[in-house]
Amino acid sequence: MIIYGTALLAVCHLLGIFLGDLLGTLLGAKTNVGGVGIAMILLICARLYMHKRGMMPQLTEMGVSFWGAMYIPVVVAMAAQQNVVSALRGGPVALLAAFASVLACAGCIALINRSERAAPEWDAGADADQQPTAHRA
Amino acid sequence: MIELLEKTAKHNGLVTAFALVGLVMLVSMFLSRRLTFGRVHGSAIAILIGLGLAYWGGIQTGGKQGIADVSLFAGVGLMGGAMLRDFAIVATAFEVQVVEARKAGLIGVFALLLGTLLPFVVGASVAWAFGYRDAVSITTIGAGAVTYIVGPVTGAAIGASSEVMALSIATGLVKAIIVMVGTPMAARFLRLKTPRSAMVFGGLAGTVSGVSAGLAATDRRLVPYGALVATFHTGLGCLLGPSLLFFATRALVA
Repeated sequence: MIIYGTALLAVCHLLGIFLGDLLGTLLGAKTNVGGVGIAMILLICARLYMHKRGMMPQLTEMGVSFWGAMYIPVVVAMAAQQNVVSALRGGPVALLAAFASVLACAGCIALINRSERAAPEWDAGADADQQPTAHRA
Repeated sequence: MIELLEKTAKHNGLVTAFALVGLVMLVSMFLSRRLTFGRVHGSAIAILIGLGLAYWGGIQTGGKQGIADVSLFAGVGLMGGAMLRDFAIVATAFEVQVVEARKAGLIGVFALLLGTLLPFVVGASVAWAFGYRDAVSITTIGAGAVTYIVGPVTGAAIGASSEVMALSIATGLVKAIIVMVGTPMAARFLRLKTPRSAMVFGGLAGTVSGVSAGLAATDRRLVPYGALVATFHTGLGCLLGPSLLFFATRALVA
């Protein structure tokens, strides 16, 4: 059933956020430390485990991949509720600090990624809607 | 008639948001194909339209949540809120190829540390250049340059003024927006092609929102790799900001 997949996703999500909060409290960081990342790792492990035992029929997978495909629309909704006005009103300090740090980081990213040996390239121009997983839905 | 329609939309907030975002996606895919001949990714245009709507909503209502403050579109707040955003991000982990992710593990951690330290130093330097001389303000603004969550969390912990906190949040927001909009344009320069490069990017660019939106607009398959690393970014920043980075700044300033 499709809900099994969504429920698995939900359980991983909740467990991950909980462990992230726990980790944050233990470290005294007053915030969630990597909750989403922990949830992602849990989901990856669950998938590997269940695949091996044949407990992951296509219908169950669809319950997860639907939400994966909904990702971009959710991000658009997220963009639509940012506090853009106050970000732009922050004045030169905010603009300059943000711009300079982005530039510095971009330089580092470019430098590190150039050190990577030429890997087999992914075919470009992929889109959520062109993915086979999204099509099954 | 109009009132009835308004009532329907208001009572079905989330569903209205689905329809609205679907419309935005439709328009942006069309623009991408016809206006830029597919050169600018449809998702990038959609995010830009989203930011534009957020600006419009902020001007209209004077609120902090962009278009979600317009009562008709309050559902956008739920759809793009932290809950569904994280839910969708976790779901993308389903497509992660474990071998690829493991290969980049160490470089991801390195990028993460650098991605916290570097923006902090740059942000703190800018604050210094603009005449801030107390360690608390400098640390808070520097932390804002890490992400817009690290800024206020750090500021609250070390007792910064609300004006500095607002500035720090603004810094983080501007950074997130630059990353969202700029990533697809800079993708070639950044060599964003492989899972490993996406993980380096996730560690250095920070903010789950900026990274995930930027990657989504570049190549959707890279999203889980970037997000996997970026999600530790805010936590690490909140951990280091009020402690190590603050002490270091205080030692340097005083």
